[in-house]
Amino acid sequence: MSLVIGVPKETAAGEKRVATVPEVVEKLIKLGFPVAVESGAGDAANFSDDAYRAAGAEVVDGAAALWAKADVVFKVRGPSAGEVGLMREGATLVSFIWPAQNPELMQQLAAKKATVLAIDALPRTLSRAQKMDALTSQAGVAGYRAVIEAANAFGRFFNGQITAAGKVPPAKVFIAGAGVAGLAAIGTAAGLGAIVRANDTRAEVADQVVSLGGEFVKVDYEEEGSGGGGYAKVMSEGFQQAQREMYAQQAREVDIIITTALIPGKPAPRLITAEMVQSMKPGSVIVDMAAEQGGNCELTEPGQAVVRHGVTIIGYTDLVGRLSRQSSTLYATNLFRLAEELCKTKDGVIDVNMEDEAIRGLTVIKDGVVTWPPPPPKAPAAPPAAAKPAAAAPAAKGHGHGAGEPMSGKALAIVFFVGAVLFWFIGAHAPAAFLTNFTVFVLGCFVGYMVIWNVTPSLHTPLMSVTNAISSIIVIGALIQIAPPLEAGAAGRPDEMIRWMAVVGIALTSINMFGGFAVTRRMLAMFRK
Amino acid sequence: MTSSLTTVAYVGAIILFILSLGGLSNPETSRRGNLYGIIGMTIAVLATVFGPRVAAAGIPWIVGAMVVGGSIGLYAARAVQMTQMPELVAIMHSLVGLAACLVGYASYVDTSIQFTGAEKAIHEIEIYIGILIGAVTFSGSVIAFGKLSGKIGGKPMLLPGRHWMNLAGLLLVIWFGREFVMAPTVEAGMTPLIVMTVIALLFGIHMVMAIGGADMPVVVSMLNSYSGWAAAATGFMLSNNLLIVTGALVGSSGAILSYIMCRAMNRNFISVIAGGFGTGGGAPAAKAGEQPAGEVVPISATETAELLREARNVIIVPGYGMAVAQAQHTVFEITRHLREKGVSVRFGIHPVAGRMPGHMNVLLAEAKVPYDIVMEMDEINADFPDTDIAMVIGANDIVNPAAQDDPASPIAGMPVLEVWKARTSIVMKRSMASGYAGVDNPLFYKDNNRMLFGDAKKMLDEVLVALKS
Repeated sequence: MSLVIGVPKETAAGEKRVATVPEVVEKLIKLGFPVAVESGAGDAANFSDDAYRAAGAEVVDGAAALWAKADVVFKVRGPSAGEVGLMREGATLVSFIWPAQNPELMQQLAAKKATVLAIDALPRTLSRAQKMDALTSQAGVAGYRAVIEAANAFGRFFNGQITAAGKVPPAKVFIAGAGVAGLAAIGTAAGLGAIVRANDTRAEVADQVVSLGGEFVKVDYEEEGSGGGGYAKVMSEGFQQAQREMYAQQAREVDIIITTALIPGKPAPRLITAEMVQSMKPGSVIVDMAAEQGGNCELTEPGQAVVRHGVTIIGYTDLVGRLSRQSSTLYATNLFRLAEELCKTKDGVIDVNMEDEAIRGLTVIKDGVVTWPPPPPKAPAAPPAAAKPAAAAPAAKGHGHGAGEPMSGKALAIVFFVGAVLFWFIGAHAPAAFLTNFTVFVLGCFVGYMVIWNVTPSLHTPLMSVTNAISSIIVIGALIQIAPPLEAGAAGRPDEMIRWMAVVGIALTSINMFGGFAVTRRMLAMFRK
Repeated sequence: MTSSLTTVAYVGAIILFILSLGGLSNPETSRRGNLYGIIGMTIAVLATVFGPRVAAAGIPWIVGAMVVGGSIGLYAARAVQMTQMPELVAIMHSLVGLAACLVGYASYVDTSIQFTGAEKAIHEIEIYIGILIGAVTFSGSVIAFGKLSGKIGGKPMLLPGRHWMNLAGLLLVIWFGREFVMAPTVEAGMTPLIVMTVIALLFGIHMVMAIGGADMPVVVSMLNSYSGWAAAATGFMLSNNLLIVTGALVGSSGAILSYIMCRAMNRNFISVIAGGFGTGGGAPAAKAGEQPAGEVVPISATETAELLREARNVIIVPGYGMAVAQAQHTVFEITRHLREKGVSVRFGIHPVAGRMPGHMNVLLAEAKVPYDIVMEMDEINADFPDTDIAMVIGANDIVNPAAQDDPASPIAGMPVLEVWKARTSIVMKRSMASGYAGVDNPLFYKDNNRMLFGDAKKMLDEVLVALKS
């Protein structure tokens, strides 16, 4: 019995996103789920009812009919009290819930004997869970949009230009908080050509900032700010003092500030004071992405763009909704990945497997029983332990004769000593004729050594085939044996036998000689620019 | 031609051989290098044939033998496919080894060369060593040929106590060597010589049988080196400087190649030759580290084409699988198509990709891939983070991140191509089976990795069709 996935129209004011898009509907149907979409659900995100129909979804008129039909509801925002009322007993709900902030909603849902997967409760540090991480995908959209809003309100170019009409300096952007949204903002702003600086209390993100083209600004104070679960924590007073000074300085220098600082379950930290705003150049822009949680800037008015002291302060709370088509598509894909995890058998039946760490974290209510918060994950101890062996690996390399490093003096001395003893031994015992040959041999080896190191690695195969051809020089040994000009009948020389051995030797080496050179030629002819 | 003229001609040939190898430093000059080699060889042969050491009676024999051998050689050179190069090179090494044996035996039974005292002893030691190296080269190359052409299984054959067997063989060879030098007559010396040859043949077989498929590049280049030393030993035996120098050139060339290959696998030369993968003492490969967890994400040919079309930077990492599937031409077609669309496509070649040094370069050159977009590992490794797609075709161990991350891994410390640093990596493989090293590959389980299962040629053809549509 396949379960019906229902996607209602979002009812929250200003919410333009939708929990699934036609592209993903097709994939859900392939998993075995019939999909029902409320009429007009995708309108705000530019997905028409017809597009859903074309993808195979059933379009249902009215919220009541849809909620009645759905076994599994995909939503963006948590349901309102009215929507919970429409919900079927024992149904499954997947959406943002924020269980810590919404205890009443949790109780209502539990009363409905529902199973609720809060997409915001996903254990984000689990690498397997990243494909389902809607917080990340939405924050990325928001970060992008924040830069676009800033650019819109900012009266100059972002990139520096030298034009016939004069030189334009690049805009300077400062980004507070290098989480997913912050990083997306850094990338976008850098892509537009601005000079980007960023700060975060977690020192480990510095590399990520740099990799996106930003510059990491350090707070001149030693303290570790990782608070577990990938979020920052509240910092000490001394640190905050140093941080304020740094922000004050940045405010004086930059044109645009984008703040993304959030601490889970707490009001957003006040980073930008009224004085700092005052110190900014006229025409500057602040985008406060934390406006919904009270704002990082003292003067932010949530949901609005205001001008204070000549600085535009943007406090929009719907940055994600302003890019509703993109954010809906990403969110829908996150939910589809979750559906895949829930329905490994692809038969349209979900299995909320509480043994699975990712699913366990997501599930805040199971069959009417509140299961939130989940037990702490086992993982966090691993990263520091893993870092050490990685550092040890290069040290183990010594095994392979240390690439290109000069030999240590001691090793060199030993080599020379052994060589000298060997040479002395040969010199003391070998006859003169041998020594001549020996000289030639040693010099030959050295010439070979010098020449071969210059051969480019791409020609190693031709090198082998040409050396192979050249080594058929051994033919000379056979040639001089075949019929040496002897004074007739030299003491019982087995002429016949030697001749045949020599003939075979010549034939064998000729194969090599002709074949080797010919194949080398064939290969080299193929190398072209 | 007088003896002096012959000697001068030999000097000329030596110079030409050195120039020939020097020419290979660059594809531009390499063709001329090969020509130098041919000229040098011609001079050497003609100077010998018309020199004082060959009577006119021998010339018909020589011409006959060379025509027969030469036609076989030319035919083989034309008929061989580029994917079969390792086999061809291996079998050719065996010919040099066999020829060295023959020359050695002939020289020993030739009573017209007389020495006394220390010179006699040295001459006989030279014969003995020349035949020894020749025989090892011969049997080893034959086995290598069998392994490379698939006639003999690629798995290492590890006999119990094989190191002791080798050691016993070595001691026997030394003891029979003493017997051989002490022997008063040719007949008396023949027995130890034959016994030694048999031991050397067995040793060659045993040595190569114990080496796994992934170590084949080392073996092929090592046999290359041996064939050179065999020529040098023959040169000592005949007091011929041309042979000595040429042998030394070839020998050191092969030795350097073996060294480069060993370094590319972070293996010790001795441990490769001793056989088995990463098992110095003969213990079974420790099941090191836990199995990588997670799941692989398969991808279809159409989706691959989709990804490639949207990429700006692509690096293709070919491996032995590409050679087996004969996919190099399709790879080139895809490359050309993408380059026309303005996508930057480059190739990353690991030194030990394939079954002999430079194998991949030759295959790509055959498919007309321009050599300036074919990069070495060191040149390209730093570029992976800026790469949109790294496509791995039939390679496994050379892209295994465990070599860097997991010190307990049998391939720990081996330099690898860091494909996982690319935004997306696509691995084409027939199945989830592990590579020759028998090590599971955590790359397959990475989040940014996709697996394209199926025969490389067939899948790439599909990708090409999807790209063009």
